[in-house]
Amino acid sequence: MRNIWTIAKREYDQYFISPVAYVVAFVILLTTGVLFAINLFYYTQNAFQAFGGTPDFTPIAGTFVFLLVLSAPALTMRLISDEARMGTLELLLTAPIRDYELVIGKWLGAMLYILSLLIITLVYPIVTSRFVTPGIDWNVVLTSYLGMILVAAVFLALGTAVSAMFANQVTAFFVTLALFITLWWLIGFPANVIVGESARLFEYLDMKTHFYGALDSGIINLSDIVYYLSLIALGLFTGTAAVEMRRWK
Amino acid sequence: MIQVNGLIKDYGARRALDSITFDARQGEIVGFLGPNGAGKTTTMRILTGYMPPTAGEAIVAGYDVVEESLEVRKRVGYLPETVPLYNDMTALEYLKFMAELRRLPNAEDRAWETLELVDLDERANSYIGNFSKGMRQRVGLAQALLHRPEVIILDEPTIGLDPAQVVEVRSLIREIGKDRTVLFSTHILSEAQQICDRVLIINKGKIVAEDTPENLQSRVLGAERILLRVRGDADGLDRIIKEVKGTRKVAVKDETAVEFELSAGQDVRPQVAKAVVEAGYELLEMRPVGMSLEEIFLELTEEKPGGKRS
Repeated sequence: MRNIWTIAKREYDQYFISPVAYVVAFVILLTTGVLFAINLFYYTQNAFQAFGGTPDFTPIAGTFVFLLVLSAPALTMRLISDEARMGTLELLLTAPIRDYELVIGKWLGAMLYILSLLIITLVYPIVTSRFVTPGIDWNVVLTSYLGMILVAAVFLALGTAVSAMFANQVTAFFVTLALFITLWWLIGFPANVIVGESARLFEYLDMKTHFYGALDSGIINLSDIVYYLSLIALGLFTGTAAVEMRRWK
Repeated sequence: MIQVNGLIKDYGARRALDSITFDARQGEIVGFLGPNGAGKTTTMRILTGYMPPTAGEAIVAGYDVVEESLEVRKRVGYLPETVPLYNDMTALEYLKFMAELRRLPNAEDRAWETLELVDLDERANSYIGNFSKGMRQRVGLAQALLHRPEVIILDEPTIGLDPAQVVEVRSLIREIGKDRTVLFSTHILSEAQQICDRVLIINKGKIVAEDTPENLQSRVLGAERILLRVRGDADGLDRIIKEVKGTRKVAVKDETAVEFELSAGQDVRPQVAKAVVEAGYELLEMRPVGMSLEEIFLELTEEKPGGKRS
């Protein structure tokens, strides 16, 4: 556990000297920030015209995970590939730590970075809540955050695994991006075309169906949680296997 | 401290290590000498727990490198050939990170002590990315010495350094090798001779010779090559040299020069000079041409089966 923490801490510090991480933070916070402002403005206008309706957090959470599909590959691409390129992987693989500790540590470092961004976004529901009487539905906010954390954890775990397979971070980036696009958009398509049990399988594999209309709407399904947790486990396991494979090369 | 028994490593169809057997005792500095691609790095990577061997066993500091890899890694200090450094860290941060990874108590104190040992304490807070090659090498060494390991494995520690830095690193290796086992690789013969208690010569995945530097030197000196140049045409010169006893492998180098070897322990250069001059040639120069490492290996591999010098 301590080894994981040592690796994670270094990785987390690393993000604050990396231009890529700042770009990701800028894009995510700017987009959600603008959306938040528009959202608030729209509902206050409506309130004056007595249309009713209250601002909620759902659009912001949805945008956040959408942006993650595109930006998480940039956060994970260099995690292990760059160590391999610089030769420092040899240092880590001959240090008294286990391969899974290295992989989990790397993933956790990236997770801590995303969690830092999420903490900043807490401003949005807090401010929104002060504009609405008697306040917004905090259960929806809570499950949304749970959803965002789970989706981020899946993306970062899978990204870490891909990063362990390549010594070139640009390759890692594009492979990760292709994987995320498949999981987020493409894999659900067959469900619209075919019928029967197999359609439900594709529907289940679709990452976004476990978020939109579920976690972002205050609904916690065990199957959604299990789905995300198993993808996290798959990513970390594959990443560890990829690191082990490197030893044999 | 290090016991290697019949180590084999295959990369696909290529056999990189072909049944290597050797040992190293405590307080012994063992030099691993061989050309590039001989299997030095592969052996070291197996001994440090980086990669498993295909067959054979290796015991380092009392633990099996495959079965008890983590225990081995705790007790071994390793400096890979490409010095593994993070350019965005300061020397102190880097060593602190490694000390934490190795779970050393008082990581910061330990980092400072080790920086003093390699004489870098004044640059502790400079970024490694700004360091010269020699300083980088010393940071790498510090990393290998950080946990005061029983066994230290250094892969080409002096490569790419300027002469003054080479001297520095060599004396540092001798210093730390007083009470620890040091295994280091090099392809510079004189370096192995200067530092080591024992030299292992490895070529094409096999240990072709194992000896003390002194013995090795005499074997290699026995194969000293001489270049002899005359004014004008050197036609027929090779025949005259061949006739002098104690010369061998006479070969025409170019139009005015001939190369030959002196047989072990027989310095017949005066006789050669005399014979050449008496034959009517105008002798311009006669000088030893250092044998390349490849030639030394050829020499040693050829000698090995009979165990005697030709």
